[in-house]
Amino acid sequence: MTGLTMPKSDEATLGRRAEIVTALRAIVPGEGVVDVTNEMRAFESDALTAYRQLPLVVVLPQTVAQVSRVLKYCHENNVKVVPRGSGTSLSGGALPLEDAVLLVMSRFNRILEIDFPNRVAVVQPGVTNLGITKAVEHEGFYYAPDPSSQIACSIGGNVAENSGGVHCLKYGLTANNVLGIEMVLINGDIIRLGGKHLDSDGYDLLGLMTGSEGLLGVVTEVTVRILQKPTTARALMVGFPTSEEAGQCVADVIAAGIIPGGMEMMDRPAIHAAEDFVHAGYPLDVEALLIVELDGPVVEVDHLIAMVEAIARKNGATTCVVSQSEEERMIFWAGRKAAFPAVGRISPDYLCMDGTIPRKELPKVLAGMRELSEKYGLRVANVFHAGDGNLHPLILYDANIPEQLHKAESFGADILRLCVKVGGVLTGEHGVGVEKRDLMPEMFNDTDLNQQIRVKCAFDDKHLLNPGKVFPQLHRCAELGRMHVHQGKMPFPDIPRF
Amino acid sequence: MSIFQPKSEDEIVEAVQWALGANAPVEVVGQGSKRGLGRPLQTEHTIALSDYAGVTLYEPHELVLSAKAGTPVAELEALLAASRQAFQFEPMDYGPLLGQPAGQGTLGGLLATNLCGPRRLKAGSARDHVLGVRVVSGRGELFKSGGRVVKNVTGYDLSKGMANSWGTLGIATEITFKVLPAPETESTLVIRGLADDEAARAMAIATGSSGEVASAAHLPGNVAARVIDGALGGEASTLLRLEGFAPSVADRMTMLKNLLASAGEMADVSGDQSRRLWQEIRDVIPFADGTEQLVWRVSMVPMEACKLVASLRMGAAVDAYYDWQGGLVWLRMEGEPEADAVRALLRKYGGGHATLVRGPASVRAAVPVFEPQAAPLAALSKRLKQQFDPSGILNPGRMVAGV
Repeated sequence: MTGLTMPKSDEATLGRRAEIVTALRAIVPGEGVVDVTNEMRAFESDALTAYRQLPLVVVLPQTVAQVSRVLKYCHENNVKVVPRGSGTSLSGGALPLEDAVLLVMSRFNRILEIDFPNRVAVVQPGVTNLGITKAVEHEGFYYAPDPSSQIACSIGGNVAENSGGVHCLKYGLTANNVLGIEMVLINGDIIRLGGKHLDSDGYDLLGLMTGSEGLLGVVTEVTVRILQKPTTARALMVGFPTSEEAGQCVADVIAAGIIPGGMEMMDRPAIHAAEDFVHAGYPLDVEALLIVELDGPVVEVDHLIAMVEAIARKNGATTCVVSQSEEERMIFWAGRKAAFPAVGRISPDYLCMDGTIPRKELPKVLAGMRELSEKYGLRVANVFHAGDGNLHPLILYDANIPEQLHKAESFGADILRLCVKVGGVLTGEHGVGVEKRDLMPEMFNDTDLNQQIRVKCAFDDKHLLNPGKVFPQLHRCAELGRMHVHQGKMPFPDIPRF
Repeated sequence: MSIFQPKSEDEIVEAVQWALGANAPVEVVGQGSKRGLGRPLQTEHTIALSDYAGVTLYEPHELVLSAKAGTPVAELEALLAASRQAFQFEPMDYGPLLGQPAGQGTLGGLLATNLCGPRRLKAGSARDHVLGVRVVSGRGELFKSGGRVVKNVTGYDLSKGMANSWGTLGIATEITFKVLPAPETESTLVIRGLADDEAARAMAIATGSSGEVASAAHLPGNVAARVIDGALGGEASTLLRLEGFAPSVADRMTMLKNLLASAGEMADVSGDQSRRLWQEIRDVIPFADGTEQLVWRVSMVPMEACKLVASLRMGAAVDAYYDWQGGLVWLRMEGEPEADAVRALLRKYGGGHATLVRGPASVRAAVPVFEPQAAPLAALSKRLKQQFDPSGILNPGRMVAGV
């Protein structure tokens, strides 16, 4: 582990381990409590594998009542809890703590109800993202958000991270596709937010919960919107001599009133790595490659394909191929979808970053990255959700060379600082977790962060849920509660009064 | 009594800090166009944001718009229309229903009440499109959340937290929204003469098809007579709205007509007439009668809505129509508010929330205007309020008595 500092372990909790295990066994019988080191190894990290830590104990509850009792016990006994879904977080959101119970929701794996007339599915949080689509596709439906890990990631994890995917410019993020949840607070309270109906009766707590990275509550049931699958989809593969021209093409597509189902960009290193790996027929003489996918009724797709093709040619495309079959469309995507493993082939290790920028800043950010690449002596390849400005730089390094991981991390942090500097943000869809935690002050000042922590205080007054994630440091709720009021006369003569 | 009309963010901070120092609760408003909504306030002082107005960023190609809280919504809609864009969530205008002129309201009010319209089914509400906020909390502190890019998961989404908070958590000073291309054209398929339950089934077939239905409403005969100058006649009308590029709209219209061929007699309403129809449905024009007769807005499970209305009619005289495939029911009561009856039926038919959106102040003070929450949820909401506004100086009691 490199420079990452996690909250100091509580010696008293470590000393009470046997007692805690016994108490958890009384709540979750049978194989639902795992305390043997070898068996806990499977849980020591998530998809951010650079960081590993064995938990205090692993508990896998099966019922909402068990979740409630586990959390209530931990709350009363001041034991920390790290919730975990499938463990596919790329930001270390489910990284265990030595002195925390790891609450694994994978046994909540049932589809509870499919309601086609109301177009919703009610599922348990351990159901995989793709599992929802599989359960409804026989009637032509699907669940729209499609993070690349959809075969493995759980819907509960998607809620925690507000997961996106390739199609979210048109179809929205998790937050726009979840209608309701049941969740348990750290004090054991079971709360329902939303349901099969729309919008909140009061504060939008569902909006706060979505993307809260397991710091506010544990989701035990999710109601999602399901949609009818588009009739057809076709893609264009377009190559440009410069990233500026590719960026202008994207802007012009949107200016024409078109929101494509997907619009992905790759830079030269990513194109070459992908082409060497899957032979998708990508042009190798271009600086930027766009894949634009249009979906919907056949008539609409044909109409829009023609519009996008004209826009691409006007912007100086040197390659422009329209898929003529489903097979060809899949080939266009094969390279993009294999971009990460393709980069994995040309480098022993890579770090996947996740910033969002205003799209028009892309050339500036790419140029900045080239300079940083020289400064750190590490290569970088870029894939880019071009429609929404979400950039995934892949930093290539070799963990066997001393200092390279550290260098790669510093390079990544500099890229994210650059994203913030041009008006963007630290993370578009992977979450803050532990990975970007210490960069939060780049985007937020103390007042901003303190107000976020106050939200945490409303849900989790003792800061027991997922400590060490998202916030660089957590101030105690009591300390944040104090107010500094400028005792006052009316001090602002320039405000008009009547 | 003082009315503060701050012209800068600093002055907004000062106003809240004064209120804190003087322990003086304040009403927070934009233009005051929604004063008739929610629980009536009894504060001595007012902070009005209407002078804190103006667009601070509009980049059509980036799909973002930022403006100060007091900016009139109508002004922003005109600006967007000039670039053939729109707030895709189609914010409704409560003015006509509440006996006020149409076209009032500010961006801050739009977010604070989480406005939306008939496109809610497909496009969400204000909370689905807000990207970032600057806010002065009830602690008199200025904080920001979110950003100006369309994809962002950095920290809790306090922008959504401000949606539907009715000015009780903080004063949003500047708000950034995602904006999207306006549909090139639209057309509405009208099916005539369906009973409420038949309409529910027809709408479910349509929204569950590949027709990409943007809006689905059902107007019983007496309501249908009160839109687009009576052009629909006095017969029940089930309305399915298709939007997008012209060839696509035409194609989907044909598809839907075939799919629903056996449902009933059909007609088309297209172009500007279709836009006007949906605007009138959005703004509850059928019940904009210049009275204070009680009107409920009920968000519920779409397929259960007609059962709720049928049950309610057994005990009370009520006019009703359905939007959002039935997921939104507008009820005009002839007599008493019947809050307990409406809410008991709502619980029976799958849950949701009923809000009393029109009625005399005395009724809105006595009847819970917003859906009462279960105890653990109410306690959590109260803790959240305390974290933003520990002294309870911002719009106290606007949503719930004592909060």
